[in-house]
Amino acid sequence: MIEAQSLTKRYGDKLAVDDLSFTVESGRVTGFLGPNGAGKSTTMRMMLGLDNPTSGTVTIGGKRYSELHHPLRTVGALLDARWVHPNRSARAHLSWMAKSNKISPKRVDEVLDIVGLSEVASKRAGGFSLGMSQRLGIAGALLGDPEVLLFDEPVNGLDPEGILWIRKFMQRLADEGRTVFVSSHLLSEMALTATDLVVIGKGKLISQSTTEEFVARATDSTVKVRSPHLDRLRPALDRVGATVTPTDDGLLVAGVAGEKIGELAMENQVTLHELAPQQGSLEQAFMQITGDSVEYHADLETEAAEQPAGHAAVTN
Amino acid sequence: MTLLAVERIKLLSTRSPWWCALTALLLTGGFTALVVSQSNAQFPATVSATQYAYNFGMAVIMVLAALAVTTEYRFGTIRTTFQAVPNRAAALAAKATVIALIALVIGEIMAFLSWGLATLIKPEADLALNSAADWINVAGVGPACALAAVVAMAVGILVRHSAGAISLVLIYFLAAENLVTLIPGIGADIFKWLPFNVLHKFVTGNGESAGGAAYGQPLSTSTLSQWWALAYFAAFAVVLLAIAIATARKRDA
Repeated sequence: MIEAQSLTKRYGDKLAVDDLSFTVESGRVTGFLGPNGAGKSTTMRMMLGLDNPTSGTVTIGGKRYSELHHPLRTVGALLDARWVHPNRSARAHLSWMAKSNKISPKRVDEVLDIVGLSEVASKRAGGFSLGMSQRLGIAGALLGDPEVLLFDEPVNGLDPEGILWIRKFMQRLADEGRTVFVSSHLLSEMALTATDLVVIGKGKLISQSTTEEFVARATDSTVKVRSPHLDRLRPALDRVGATVTPTDDGLLVAGVAGEKIGELAMENQVTLHELAPQQGSLEQAFMQITGDSVEYHADLETEAAEQPAGHAAVTN
Repeated sequence: MTLLAVERIKLLSTRSPWWCALTALLLTGGFTALVVSQSNAQFPATVSATQYAYNFGMAVIMVLAALAVTTEYRFGTIRTTFQAVPNRAAALAAKATVIALIALVIGEIMAFLSWGLATLIKPEADLALNSAADWINVAGVGPACALAAVVAMAVGILVRHSAGAISLVLIYFLAAENLVTLIPGIGADIFKWLPFNVLHKFVTGNGESAGGAAYGQPLSTSTLSQWWALAYFAAFAVVLLAIAIATARKRDA
């Protein structure tokens, strides 16, 4: 189990992580979700004792990382796949890591085999593609057969095949009873892999719940209505307390079920051309929830955060 | 011992140490061959003359040492290292030990290669190592390189960037220290105590290994004895390394 208590990290006058407390349960995949710049990587570096927290603590199985004996045997981590010397071979890279934690050299070949890099084991790591580097990083994380695994944005920049591979791989690790803590800025990705979610924005905890709960909360369904008599329908909708957003060719209605809108239309003798439930995408929902806590807005994201419904109409 | 093995695997599984070692040998060997083959009655080949170029080899070894740590920062492997070995002081001390040992070996090969080449080129010259000063002038190059490598590595830990660390080390070693003598009045007195000038004293002593010939390496102005000079530089290297390790422990990796 990983436990963060009031974890805070300050760089100059910028708070990267702000009084963050959460727990990661054993034997499950927990997603660590937040927009870019939310403090995910900083938090993970603090978990591994690489960065010193300004205040607060983070413990793994009750111990601080620096107190772990042969830490690679307890915690495996892939924070950045590029943390390999480009002129060192994959095998040499894993060999020194194994040696440092008294892990048998046989294990090096085992993990190379698990991630499918046996054939290129003696090639220099600098020549690896991103997908291969990622696999090498995962091999390093698995080296000590650890109970706890940390991955920082493992699917970033990977092709669909690589993404699928990583996804299956994490599920397999959880099935083996390991604790997997994986960060991402993509809710849709996490919805597929993680059972629990820790969501942060601007270094603060936004929510900790199961993925199901979060997704249900995040995706408020809306209904799209097209009609030549919107002028009559709209006041009726307003009366029942629906949230109505005009779009190019109709209305987006939230807070009222589709059936109810149909009944209202009937009562007011309104012809409907379209009555379509819209499942908001996870991404938009995520932006709605973390909207205020995105560190660096692009204009498009600002618009989306301010007018989620309008944006939904465009993309769906 | 485990950590020493780790650092040995790390250092020897990349190419730069091999290239640096080769460069150091070619540079000193080539320079010595040039100097000794040009020797004559006025400028005789002496034991001291065979080590004329040890400075250049030492400079290359310092580059090797600085690179061994700055590339770890450059490629992020220092984080993997601290992840595997959270005791940063132990990890860096092991690294310093391995680098010092490798510098020692390269330094000795360099010195005896130069000396050997000279005896081949000028078999008639008196190049026998038959005094303590002669021995220190040749065999002392190894320990001198080992300690200089520790200094360069400490600078590498503090600066973390290859270009920055290498230029700082080389400019100081090859130029800045000598420039101090230009300060009017006190320059020469300060220079007496500057570390690389003192280290040069350990290697060359008072010029006994030059057989009294005027021609040889320029001598150090340090007033310390040879062994005290070595101790002085060793203390300098250890203190600098301790400062670097203390800094690395406090800093975010």
